[in-house]
Amino acid sequence: MSAGKLVRRRVGDLAFKAFCWVVTALALVALAAILWSLLAQGFGGLNLEVFTKSTPAPGSPGGLANAIAGSIMMCVLAMVMAVTIGVLAGTWLAEYGGRSKYGAVVRFLNDVLLSAPSILVGLFVYEILVFPFHGFSGFAGSVALALLAVPVITRTTEDVLLLQASTLREAGVALGAPLSYVIRLILWRSARAGLLTGALLAFARISGETAPLLFTALNNQFFSLDLRHPTANLPVVIFNFALSAYDDWRKLAWAGALLIAATVLAVTIVARIVAQEQKRS
Amino acid sequence: MNTLSPGVEEFETSIAEVDRAAVKVDVKNLDFFYGKSRALKGVTIPFARNKATALIGPSGCGKSTLLRTLNRMYALYPGQRAEGEIVLDGENILASGVDLAKLRARVGMVFQKPTPFPMSIYDNVAFGVRLYENLSKADMDARVEEALTRAALWTEVKDNLKGSGLGLSGGQQQRLCVARGVAVRPEVLLLDEPTSALDPISSAKLEETVTQLKADHTIIIVTHNLGQAARVSDYTGFMYLGELVEFGATDEVFTRPATRRTSDYITGRFG
Repeated sequence: MSAGKLVRRRVGDLAFKAFCWVVTALALVALAAILWSLLAQGFGGLNLEVFTKSTPAPGSPGGLANAIAGSIMMCVLAMVMAVTIGVLAGTWLAEYGGRSKYGAVVRFLNDVLLSAPSILVGLFVYEILVFPFHGFSGFAGSVALALLAVPVITRTTEDVLLLQASTLREAGVALGAPLSYVIRLILWRSARAGLLTGALLAFARISGETAPLLFTALNNQFFSLDLRHPTANLPVVIFNFALSAYDDWRKLAWAGALLIAATVLAVTIVARIVAQEQKRS
Repeated sequence: MNTLSPGVEEFETSIAEVDRAAVKVDVKNLDFFYGKSRALKGVTIPFARNKATALIGPSGCGKSTLLRTLNRMYALYPGQRAEGEIVLDGENILASGVDLAKLRARVGMVFQKPTPFPMSIYDNVAFGVRLYENLSKADMDARVEEALTRAALWTEVKDNLKGSGLGLSGGQQQRLCVARGVAVRPEVLLLDEPTSALDPISSAKLEETVTQLKADHTIIIVTHNLGQAARVSDYTGFMYLGELVEFGATDEVFTRPATRRTSDYITGRFG
């Protein structure tokens, strides 16, 4: 091999490495800039009133208590629905019907849903739950959020169950346990870190969703724990306040955005820790 | 003498006669299919009660497949099917309507790789027992101790029964799987290359365990280790390309093989 060829190869290698490095740095800079502006703008707006008072009229003091409570309620209800449906559907795909034609169709549709625009999901729920019952409601909002979370959970559940050794499944069955026992008592337990990670990912996805809530939960100026009525929530409040002309509203919007980001960050870190714990045990 | 299907070169086979009254599992003319490919060809082999029978043969010869028909493990996978008869105590377990969970409680299995469940050592052993028996705490404790003792693991784990089964060494995990298997008191115990992932000392311990288990169980062991087959088994079946070439008392098969292919295999000329 000629020396020139070797040099060229080495230069090419270095150039590729440098290119990867620069592009990664670009992505990180963008992320850091977002986080920085969130912190800089949002931190000043955070105070006790944000958590204790409801959204104010322009110019008067207030907080985000109604939006925080609404978001928590809708997200929790959505996650309960989505985890139930998603884990069972993912389990069906992995353990029962996944190899059939019907299974392939279900998997394909799930993947389509996975990347469906969230505004479409909002419109869909508007059509089936808001319009027929003549009213926006927190319940409709959580259904819309659940529809966004289900495909994420279904997908991760199937993936982590398929990662479990088939010998583990056979070992349970070999003791005379019906497959459903093996799934519930052994496979789910063995895959629990992955299942939890999937649920937390889904939570992270829905916690900041605005579009599906615009058509379903709408908003509510007042503090309310009744999901049968329009329900305040952080994303829609942020959306409204950020676009407003009032400085105090914009300040609250930043504070709300910071809250969502901090929650998602905390959830992601918890997911990481849980996954690590599982690896060690 | 067996006759192969037309077009296949005919080879000599030798299947020794056994005392019919002592047969626990009687496999008759068994064919097995993975989809369209035929992995077992008319296998007929008796497994004697409270004896150990070793199945030997080169990789892909069908010995693990044969083992997996005996508890119908293959039924987990659509596309796999068995034809013929496997008679366990007078009942054909290949018949439709057989309760597979119950069958597997009677015919236990230990796998090549240790597969501890993600739970405590105690719960690993109690898992199968809880499915079929409602024991008091004291009875369950006794059963767990008995099973772990028989698997030669009790002294090593008795102070750590609440510890995770995943925290044990490979050899200990495999003996835990044996304990889990015998805890449900199966009549037949299938061992699928149980020591292939173990170090020599753990293997020796497991072989000792198998020898002791014969008192209460009919043992069928698939192994690549010919020395192991000679040490632990009373009968040996040599399989090749999906058929049973030779079956007989282990001493006979190893010292005076009746067929050319068996003698070539056990002397290391092929396989």
